[in-house]
Amino acid sequence: MDIQVASVIAAALAIGLASIGPGIGQGNASGQAVAGIARQPEAEGKIRGTLLLTLAFMESLTIYGLVVALVLLFANPFV
Amino acid sequence: MEILGALTFVNTYTLAELEVGEHFLWKIGNFTVHGQVFLNSWIVIGLLVIASLAATRNIQKIPGGIQNFMEFVLEFIRDLVRNQIGEKEYRDWVPFIGTLFLFIFVSNWSGALVPWKLIELPSGELAAPTNDINTTLALALLTSLAYFYAGLKKKGLSYFKHYIEPTPVLLPIAILEDFTKPLSLSFRLFGNILADELVVAVLVLLVPLFIPLPVMALGLFTSAIQALVFATLAGAYIHEALVDHHD
Repeated sequence: MDIQVASVIAAALAIGLASIGPGIGQGNASGQAVAGIARQPEAEGKIRGTLLLTLAFMESLTIYGLVVALVLLFANPFV
Repeated sequence: MEILGALTFVNTYTLAELEVGEHFLWKIGNFTVHGQVFLNSWIVIGLLVIASLAATRNIQKIPGGIQNFMEFVLEFIRDLVRNQIGEKEYRDWVPFIGTLFLFIFVSNWSGALVPWKLIELPSGELAAPTNDINTTLALALLTSLAYFYAGLKKKGLSYFKHYIEPTPVLLPIAILEDFTKPLSLSFRLFGNILADELVVAVLVLLVPLFIPLPVMALGLFTSAIQALVFATLAGAYIHEALVDHHD
């Protein structure tokens, strides 16, 4: 396979696969947060703050995949 | 750069260009530096200095205007650091973490809010300084230095004991952690900011009007969160180095 074709496919796979895990994780976290707010509405502010921070952490895993994809597309060391 | 060429064929308007890896290079001695990052960092630093000076030039007992705003910012940062490091030792670290937070925050927002495209550069374009991996790596390495300094200052050489506690089996992982911390810090910030700007640029290429606005707002939100995350993590790492396991 041509190295450029391989890089494009690899970039697509990198971002696609990297979004599966964080997607599941973010879903879980948000669901738990909603449950927590429903049970204890007075804690909403605190729960929301923590949720946003943890979502950002999970999101960064996808971003690592994105960085790999961007490196493959724009700064590929093998092309 | 053939992929880049394929992407820019859509771009008949010069509203925005997808420029990844194009830099305005300066030569200083034997070093090649990215000029657009330097220029923008200076602009951000200048903004922060001017804001601080304006807030402290004429201090009133009842704060108003910019003094009020800066006091709010300071209190926000102080609470953030206190939540991470704890009541006893947080005071020493407010300046460091506050500087990190403000610099990252203002750079991220400057990249999103200011139409840098209006200022022509010979090559590359002005954007947030944090969308260059070198900037974020420098910030992350500073954080590493800070937590080593914090640990060594408080515990002396016995700081290194935490590598073999509770068991020496985890020594490789403990050493590896010192490398993964700056790596993940820098990649997280860099990737998020670059991703924001790329998503906006792609949308502007496709539909130049109105449609990119919600994404821009989302970008503002995530870049603020990223500044917060960076500062929070820096605080958490410093706390980890300061904490005494024998209490």
